[in-house]
Amino acid sequence: MTAAATTIDAPARPVDAIVAAIRRNGWAIALIAFLALLLVFTKLIQPRYGVAGVQALAISALPLALAAVAQSICVIGGGIDLSIGSMMALTSCVAAVLMKDKPEEFGIVVVLGILLLGLLLGAINGGVVVATRVPDIVVTLAMSFVWAGFALLVLASPGGGSAKWLRDIILGPFLNEWIPKAAIVLLVTIGVVWIPLRRSRLGLSIYALGSNRLAAFRSGVGVGRTKIAAYAITGLFAALAGLGLTASTGIGTPTQGPYTLTSVAAIVLGGVSLAGGRGGVLGPVVAVLILQLLRSDMTFLNVDTNLAIVAQGVILIGVVMFGSLLQWRRGRA
Amino acid sequence: MTAEPGPLLDATDIAKSYGAVVALRSASLAVRPGEVHALMGANGAGKSTLVKILTGSVRPDRGRITIRGRERTVHSPSEARRNGLVSVFQEPSLIPDLDIRANLRLTRTPLDGFRHWANELGLPRLDLSSPARALPLASLRVIDLARALAIEPDVLMLDEMTAALPANLTERVLEVIGRQKGGDRCIVFISHRLIEIAAVCDRATVLREGATVGVVDVTQGSDERIVELMLGQAVESLAATTGAASTAASADVPARIEARALSQGTKLADASFRLETGEVLGVVALEGQGQDELFDILAGAVRPTGGELLVDGRAVAFGHPADAIRAGLVYVAADRAEALLMQRSVRENIALPYTARLRAWGLIDLRRERERIDRAVKTLQIDARAGNEVRRLSGGNQQKVTIARWVAGGVRTLLCFDPTRGIDIRTKSQIYQLLRELAAAGASVLLYTSELKEVQLVCDRAIVIFGGRVVAELNAVDADEPALLRAAYNLRAGAQIPEAVAAKAVEAATSQAASDEPGAPR
Repeated sequence: MTAAATTIDAPARPVDAIVAAIRRNGWAIALIAFLALLLVFTKLIQPRYGVAGVQALAISALPLALAAVAQSICVIGGGIDLSIGSMMALTSCVAAVLMKDKPEEFGIVVVLGILLLGLLLGAINGGVVVATRVPDIVVTLAMSFVWAGFALLVLASPGGGSAKWLRDIILGPFLNEWIPKAAIVLLVTIGVVWIPLRRSRLGLSIYALGSNRLAAFRSGVGVGRTKIAAYAITGLFAALAGLGLTASTGIGTPTQGPYTLTSVAAIVLGGVSLAGGRGGVLGPVVAVLILQLLRSDMTFLNVDTNLAIVAQGVILIGVVMFGSLLQWRRGRA
Repeated sequence: MTAEPGPLLDATDIAKSYGAVVALRSASLAVRPGEVHALMGANGAGKSTLVKILTGSVRPDRGRITIRGRERTVHSPSEARRNGLVSVFQEPSLIPDLDIRANLRLTRTPLDGFRHWANELGLPRLDLSSPARALPLASLRVIDLARALAIEPDVLMLDEMTAALPANLTERVLEVIGRQKGGDRCIVFISHRLIEIAAVCDRATVLREGATVGVVDVTQGSDERIVELMLGQAVESLAATTGAASTAASADVPARIEARALSQGTKLADASFRLETGEVLGVVALEGQGQDELFDILAGAVRPTGGELLVDGRAVAFGHPADAIRAGLVYVAADRAEALLMQRSVRENIALPYTARLRAWGLIDLRRERERIDRAVKTLQIDARAGNEVRRLSGGNQQKVTIARWVAGGVRTLLCFDPTRGIDIRTKSQIYQLLRELAAAGASVLLYTSELKEVQLVCDRAIVIFGGRVVAELNAVDADEPALLRAAYNLRAGAQIPEAVAAKAVEAATSQAASDEPGAPR
């Protein structure tokens, strides 16, 4: 959880750089190790787990991972967005309706339009927070009803369609049968949006805002603008997640899934501080894979579905507590 | 008010109210190019508010600001900066979760200039990739200043810059400020320490109760004139309050507190001393010599890793501050935010520990509570006009509230950690008076202070901590500033202070502090 600051200029020696990078991403690396263990465990309890399992994992994790990235960005900026699930439903429905029975090329226009729509929805969330000074959690909860209502207006029941190329982008393997396309898509989107953002002044401002609002203001950060921008990017990733939903199912579903709260769980597990200012997006993405894999493991183990949900909650608390304990011990040593 | 060269910065008739509380009535400030200009005033006179207005953090209700003759309105710190106004605030304005380099990028500070100034100010080997959270307060203040200097602003405002600095860093800071004189730029310098004003400032503007009451040329003997202006009618100096208490307590009477070889981690190695009944014992140390750990142990916030602590002759082991309070040891912090519920009222803040202690269950006896609180508010002369929210009070009045809460509960042992940091002279003398009165009434006070001059005024004895050990014990008569300073640097009496050696000791202590606390969880 020490992954906090953005160090751009490399330290003097390359060894130092590597050590510093490991220290910064310690929590994410621990999570990856945990994920590896979990994969081994899965293979042990279900010897037939293989290519198909990995593909299914990647496709089911894609929308949730994008939702977790969305949530990370506004939480790092000191807010929280409870409308991610409904923004996903809305964007997914709009996309499905527009793409149904339309030529393939038109799909490209739709996708670009949906991304703009996501930015707009997020900017509205942020704008309302800044303008009304109502706490983030209240505004986004209220907005979640608004966006959910719009989703139902657009599409009363599951339906619509998806351009074939959009489905092809995320379904199936890439080069090697073990590498799911969905994973590549995830990495590319994060790479294209998050990495430049993090290195930009806006990214720095988002961290500053979440870390200490007053100090950020005094450092010359436009507090309101930064907040709106953070929410807009959250909306952009929610729209990407919505497109992921449409692409993976081939239709639009107007009711929101469990994405909002699961995204909060994933970022907490992924080392983002709910107090703001700390964490990145790598941890939350790995956390999503862990949560999804845990769920399939429960199925393999024939655990009662209801009990499985209980177990997920207990594991979440346990892992986060373990992390804090490690940090606490290091602080005392 | 201004002489031949037109003022670089000219603010006239600035006013600002927060609801019913008037922070500024009619403040003016004119600063010439090439000048170091002091802004003086008792706590609550409106200095900080004026600085916040000039740097765009707060908008004035009225008034006119011109820079180089052109009228400006500043709406935000970034706009103020574009107009050449930069301020170093009382509390560090670095982002705690970002490293120093990222903090510099955030304010678009040139790196070379920053390195140069950090070097000049005594932080030559600063690790730019360490997060601000991990650095000690003194370093953060210096980094703040270096950052501001690197920007090369027309007007640089320093608000209580030296309040949290150890002596050697203060000297460097003053020297660097002095060198800025005579150029095209100017510095506005806010400090309670008249010695510093005399050392670096050319002129001083004095505020009282939100209005400018005079501009004084700083020369020899202008101190008294400044103090007079600051205080208005109520001219009073810090009278020696030591009541020649007979502290020769016989050895068979157990001390109120007796520490035997207390240690804590790497910071506190061997602290042994006695605090007798009815005495005020001063604690003197350079920054980071283990005094923080000592007070944390006594207040029950941290467990010692070694040694013994006796209260009234019985060995104790505090597991929680509540244990310490039950044993009669209460803590008054320098950082008011640590002790107060900023959004609650004066009454609730005073009543908090008292009701928590006496009425763990059941209803609060409101009538008796009110009586006690009224008495405490009166005893301490707290200005509680803005009493609905403690955060609206001035720093001095906030500090009085933290003391009042213990006075209301009937105090036996007060642990005061730099209680007068950044507090004006009048409130200071009221607080010292109160400590003497409490001691006279049989309470004991352990007082850490960063202002060595004041040890003789209020303490019966003083102990000096260096490198985690108690290295000296002085009676008030002998505890003048040079003697304390020499002891604080752990030098033999009569020896000169080698600046380099002392600086190294402080640096070692502060860098250790940095490595000891990697971003603790909130």
